[in-house]
Amino acid sequence: MSYNWNWAIFGAQSPEGTGTYFVIMLRGLLTTVEVAVLAWIIALSAGIAIGLCRTLPGRVNRAVGTAWVELFRNVPLLVQLFLWYFVLPEVVSERFGDWMKSLPNAPFAIAVVGIGLFTSARVAEQVRAALGALPRGQLAAGMALGLTTLQTYRYVLLPMALRIMLPPLTGEMVSLVKNTSVALTIGLLELTARARAMQEFSFQVFEAFTAATIGYVIVNLAVTLAMRGLERRLRVPGYVT
Amino acid sequence: MKLALAFLVVALASPAISGQALAQTPRTGTLKSIAETRSITLGVRDSAVPFSYLDDQQRPVGFAIDICMAVVDAIKAEVGLPELAVVMTPVTSSTRIPLLANGTIDLECGSTTNNPERQKQVAFSNTYFLTASRFAARKTSGLTTIDSLRGKAVASTSGTVNIAQLNRANTDRGLNLTILPGKDYAETFLLLETGRAQALVLDDVLLASLIASSKEPGAYVISADQFSQPEPYSIMLRRDDAPFKAVVDRATAALFTSPAGPALYAKWFLQPIPPRGLTLNLPMTPALAHAFAAPSDSPDPAHYAP
Repeated sequence: MSYNWNWAIFGAQSPEGTGTYFVIMLRGLLTTVEVAVLAWIIALSAGIAIGLCRTLPGRVNRAVGTAWVELFRNVPLLVQLFLWYFVLPEVVSERFGDWMKSLPNAPFAIAVVGIGLFTSARVAEQVRAALGALPRGQLAAGMALGLTTLQTYRYVLLPMALRIMLPPLTGEMVSLVKNTSVALTIGLLELTARARAMQEFSFQVFEAFTAATIGYVIVNLAVTLAMRGLERRLRVPGYVT
Repeated sequence: MKLALAFLVVALASPAISGQALAQTPRTGTLKSIAETRSITLGVRDSAVPFSYLDDQQRPVGFAIDICMAVVDAIKAEVGLPELAVVMTPVTSSTRIPLLANGTIDLECGSTTNNPERQKQVAFSNTYFLTASRFAARKTSGLTTIDSLRGKAVASTSGTVNIAQLNRANTDRGLNLTILPGKDYAETFLLLETGRAQALVLDDVLLASLIASSKEPGAYVISADQFSQPEPYSIMLRRDDAPFKAVVDRATAALFTSPAGPALYAKWFLQPIPPRGLTLNLPMTPALAHAFAAPSDSPDPAHYAP
């Protein structure tokens, strides 16, 4: 292999004239983390709400929940971001479309919302699965104590279900961090986009993507360790988790 | 000590040995592997119109591909094989370097700019095209000069030389632009087409081909103002393989200086091209005519200035 390794490239100025390649990559990592954190907030809150909709009695809420999950889970994330960014502003009213196009930092906002909603469908399924994993007697016991349905969920079912969910939720968070790389398709300069730009300018492909790899591994290790810690703290002695 | 001495003897003798070997079989590096496998692999692009792209039958065609095929003929003669299998491997801007470095492709026939930064990693043959960064805008927008872009949203493709030059112009001239990066050429053009961006900065030849294949080719205009001196496009090959580069350089120089060179240019830039019979209508610039008459692999834009 005739490749000229040059790790010193990270100290060189990038041709964009706004810092060294190291600073540029670091900026990309920061964008990745920002998108991941904000998208996770959307994913978790919408996911729990939709997951509950799918288990609560009632036909309309279940239909809405199912539609939500199937829509966001079955369409590729890449296509979803493309639809949000390019197609939506063309199908809504012209004034609203122009407003969307003139948003400062539209790729960032769309990445947060798009990735957040995509992940929310997956979180919703885990909420449903966790509630389904609880012994049926728990709901019955709650009812027998005279609690309303909402109270049973609030005080009996959810506290356990959310604990059961933690390990698969860690997996979702890790996936979400990696999924942020899809946002480069709508021009968001996150870590992968920065690595691509760096290799294009400097032709140091392997150095650029090694740096991106290390960035993702560090973020995801931090996520995994933090979630492990959370699992330990919230553990109910003698129960599954 | 004995070992070191042995190395020294070999080191001193090796120029003589290789000189001798060269006399018998003039093959090392890429030429050797081409002769042994009886095949050569070209890296091709899928949408670099009209340099290297897929036609309606998904076959790679283009100006750079034709040049590479002329090079292949010269290689056949060089290694003394009447037939050589030509494999076309699709590459992207991210994969072309690793695939060239690890030996998957032998020549890259696309639209790659030759610059000193890149020469630290790869080698380039003779320049076959010169292009400058300019911007395209809707005719109705009245944008004509770089300074008229002040405060506007301007798109370019991320990771290109163009976006770097746009960023620099933005900083140097204090234009206060909103720079929108697109993922690839088609998507970046979409930014201009849908009105997210008022102008689009790319190589002028790419702008011409994007506009020619757009829904309303008459609606856009390319600026006369340029963000850079015209920069050279060239065939990319592995570094430190002088015998192979010599063959490629000879073949391209022979092509460019013969009447077939300008004829090949006319075929792709002045006549209708597949798949839809579009005509780019880009007459050869005096600078490029000079680069054809006196072939050069210089990465320096000043070298080509008329």
